Amino acid sequence: MKTWLDSWPLYRQLTGSDPLGRGKAARSKATEATVSRTATADRVVKSVCPFCAVGCAQNVYVKDDAVVQIEGDPDSPINRGRLCPKGAASKQLVTSPSRVTTVKYRRPFGTEWEDLELGTAMEMIADRVLEARRKGWQDENEGKRVNRTMGVASLGGATLDNEENYLMKKLYSALGAIQIENQARI
Amino acid sequence: MPGLGASFGRGGATNFLEDLANSDCIVIEGSNMAECHPVGFQWVGEAKARGAKIVHIDPRFTRTSAIADLHVPLRIGTDIAFLGGLINHVLTNELYFEEYVVAYTNAAALVGEEYVDSEDLDGLFSGFDAENRVYDVDSWQYEFEEPPHAGADDPGRAAEQDRLEDDPDVTHSDRAQASGSGGPPIPAKPKRDETLQHPRTVFQVLKRHFARYTPEMVSEVCGIEPAVFEQVAEWVTSNSKRDRTTAWVYSVGWTQHSVGAQYIRTCSILQTLLGNIGRPGGGIMALRGHASIQGSTDVPTLFNLLPGYLPMPHAHQHHSLEDYVADAAGKGGFWGNKPAYMTSLLKAWWGDAATPENDFAFDYLPKIDGDHSSYRTIADMIKGKVSGYFLVGENPGVGHPNSRMNRFGLANLDWLVVRDLQMIESATFWKEGPEHETGELAPDTIGTEVFFMPAATHVEKEGTFTQTQRLLQWRHKAVEPPNDARSDLWFYFHLGRILRERLKNSTDPRDRPLLDLTWDYPTHGPDAEPSADAVLREINGYGPDGRLLNSYLEMKDDGSTSGGCWIYSGVYADGVNQAARRKPAKEQGVVASEWGWAWPLNRRMLYNRASADPDGRPWSERKKYVWWDEGAGEWTGVDVPDFEKKKRPDYVPPHGAKAQDALAGTDPFVMQGDGKAWLFAPAGVVDGPLPSHYEPAESVVENAFYKQQANPTLEMIEGPWNRANPTRSDVYPFAVTTYRLTEHHTAGGMSRTLPYLSELQPEFFVEVSPELARLRGLTNGEFATLVSARTAVEAKVLVTERVRPIKLRDGTVVHQIGMPYHWSYAGISTGDAANDLLGIVMDANTHIQESKVSTCDIVAGRRPRGPELLEFVESYRRRAGVPSGQVGVNGRDPVAAQAGEGSSP
Repeated sequence: MKTWLDSWPLYRQLTGSDPLGRGKAARSKATEATVSRTATADRVVKSVCPFCAVGCAQNVYVKDDAVVQIEGDPDSPINRGRLCPKGAASKQLVTSPSRVTTVKYRRPFGTEWEDLELGTAMEMIADRVLEARRKGWQDENEGKRVNRTMGVASLGGATLDNEENYLMKKLYSALGAIQIENQARI
Repeated sequence: MPGLGASFGRGGATNFLEDLANSDCIVIEGSNMAECHPVGFQWVGEAKARGAKIVHIDPRFTRTSAIADLHVPLRIGTDIAFLGGLINHVLTNELYFEEYVVAYTNAAALVGEEYVDSEDLDGLFSGFDAENRVYDVDSWQYEFEEPPHAGADDPGRAAEQDRLEDDPDVTHSDRAQASGSGGPPIPAKPKRDETLQHPRTVFQVLKRHFARYTPEMVSEVCGIEPAVFEQVAEWVTSNSKRDRTTAWVYSVGWTQHSVGAQYIRTCSILQTLLGNIGRPGGGIMALRGHASIQGSTDVPTLFNLLPGYLPMPHAHQHHSLEDYVADAAGKGGFWGNKPAYMTSLLKAWWGDAATPENDFAFDYLPKIDGDHSSYRTIADMIKGKVSGYFLVGENPGVGHPNSRMNRFGLANLDWLVVRDLQMIESATFWKEGPEHETGELAPDTIGTEVFFMPAATHVEKEGTFTQTQRLLQWRHKAVEPPNDARSDLWFYFHLGRILRERLKNSTDPRDRPLLDLTWDYPTHGPDAEPSADAVLREINGYGPDGRLLNSYLEMKDDGSTSGGCWIYSGVYADGVNQAARRKPAKEQGVVASEWGWAWPLNRRMLYNRASADPDGRPWSERKKYVWWDEGAGEWTGVDVPDFEKKKRPDYVPPHGAKAQDALAGTDPFVMQGDGKAWLFAPAGVVDGPLPSHYEPAESVVENAFYKQQANPTLEMIEGPWNRANPTRSDVYPFAVTTYRLTEHHTAGGMSRTLPYLSELQPEFFVEVSPELARLRGLTNGEFATLVSARTAVEAKVLVTERVRPIKLRDGTVVHQIGMPYHWSYAGISTGDAANDLLGIVMDANTHIQESKVSTCDIVAGRRPRGPELLEFVESYRRRAGVPSGQVGVNGRDPVAAQAGEGSSP
């Protein structure tokens, strides 16, 4: 009888030490059994928010090799644990249902996407880079040596890592491609 | 960032976010910090709690304004007039920090006799070439102490170098941006008059230049009450000098203008006069808009730059490594070591193949010879001149102004590689989008082959971002990317590996740069992921013994050292990944020097030698930061000194000294050739040594200062897809500005695809004032259509007093519209793209577009559908006297398309 009554929040509120019903009295068995995802994570990985340039440090909570939660890192001198709506939603960058995780291919004048093996796509892209590079090659322009190609251009976002930007600029320069740009221009 | 680079020597925020808490006054202008950098804004809140005055100068009332003590609703595009007014106020009333100005700026330098100011030429400076719309900057030079190039090894060659820098092709190649780290080169030190009385001192030139920027003119041009201007002036000047400091915060509200670099120059002049640079609570806080915008210019994927702001070699100028480094020969400041930085870069890229005999493989680098920036490339695509394009986390079909023109560009490629997390509009332009509705594009006319290559998220790879205060922070990898998703590091490493494999037997000299490239990064894991750590080590650089460099000061020009980006040298000091340091803030000092790593050399506040007086003593106890410790014989303080540690404050350079040895103990701006902050920029800015107010390219107002209406050097792209709204047109009678919302990110690929964020901000809207709503019969919550010479878009109307009409003295009323730019047709939350409405005109310094102000019309109701939309927009063009915007197949010029121009059928 007592157990049954105890499961009723109003009873606990009226008889217990929580007359306003905003604490212990309002807690149910389900509440008691609930544990935060941050508490049960297998590991916490240190990261940085990819949206604006404030550079808020993030704690990424991982369970069973999946991201279960992302929170602000309280140790950071910059964000002191805080995140804005975008940073707080950044887990969905990983888990978004509309995220595309396989290669898609549209042939010239095609009307639909087709599937393509990643390795095949890499080889096809390499073919095209060499062909475009050859087609747009200039040893000279207006009598001046330029040793470059105007056939390949690139535009990167500013969520690229420094290491990625570095390899891009290095590879493109070695190929002779100069029309290499970034969101930083915008 | 030529604005900051030309003024102080480095193109980065001078202070750091947390330091805003030390400010006595913070002016946020050209930024809606509370909504666009919300977490950084806590430091403004901290300052306010400590009693600081907060001013928000912005056409719109936002949540930043709500927190501020004062909101100044100036007319869009008039910031130079406002800041110029403050400069005039400071000079006229002698409110500048005199000791600081005399010792640390070029106020005392003499400008040459040939210089003629824009005050005397009605808005033009001397040296304007009207045909090419560029300046010959020779007449802006100082009067030199000794003949130029006296210290150079080969005076003839250096003079030739200078002549070539005035070549219009070189000017168009963006020499300005190369002053991102290392001020623009000057031939020698200027003559000085320490009394500032000589009529050709920078100080006197400055006074005359800004004399007409009176409170009355500010009031008229900016459309604000004189009392408001005076309140700002009072707070700013009473919170500067010895005991107090004022900080300025800006963002793309300044850069995205046809005079954007000059906005920043104006602020730099003001903050320098007030003595607020290099001091706690002072500075200019440039807020970058993306996680690694700063990184993307430091280690640039930009056409005109190599890592560390070394310029890309120019075909007309740099025939050899010797030519390339000639501008550094005999120069003062750390830029004098350019040969060491460049040689180390060449060694990092070409290793053993880079030898003294082959000029360290300098000739392997391709050469630029004009403007090859993003928008030019888009125009070239439409003309069929570009075969292949890589889009790597970028969505120009939504995020770039005149996105319509960008989509036409994509439709004329042979092939396109899109690397992204989601199926963004720039990947699907061939099957859907506004031009498919109008019948201008269709899959069966578009030959572009498209590869969508899925990318890894920020938690699925490791590496560094460089955030807004030049701070590198290492991210650890949390999980593996799913299926075919890969990091961009993986993509480029393996693409390079495959290309090198293909060409391994080639004997073509064109392939040597690729085959000789150092490309042996270790890989790990099931996907053969290359080591980002190894790449960061290469960027840091190695010494002759294979030891990681501790600093760029160890770099040599003899090929014995390597280093991929000299300003990042030191990120691996002591063999430790300094960017991965995460010592909790509570366990260290206020500067938190052991959290991540900032360039250069972990100095958190730039030019901090200026926080002490010329003798090396703090200006005041309250603003103590870095000072000279006579006992220890070195500079010390709470931060790493941005100065040679052992250089005495009374050091005077001996005659003939070079590089840093040529700078005195009182020269805090160590990247500048003369060690001074530049009030007047004799080089480094292509549209004037001083800022002048010009109206935006599209404006409804006549320039009240000069006959010259808009920036004479502004860059345009001509074509049917990029028609301009005429100035002061009745057909496009309203000013419009674009902006971001807290809940969305740029073109929306990272936010309109996320359920949480789409729910928070579900649809495209425009903000209009109640007055404009009455004038045009617009109803809150209903649709309106906005029209420009490019196209028309529709959005829900938000009638609000947050935007207000500006009444000018002559009775003209300027209505202003606010328009967030995140939407397009893909994702969860969809709408028309604001960027479709904008044209492309650019600042000649940066090739950055003027997306913060243009003109349009607004009418009630939804826009026409299908081909009727084209006729609707064309009818506006006819009425405004604008040439037709009709395009041919795939957006090509109708005439050129018939003549067979373009690569696809």
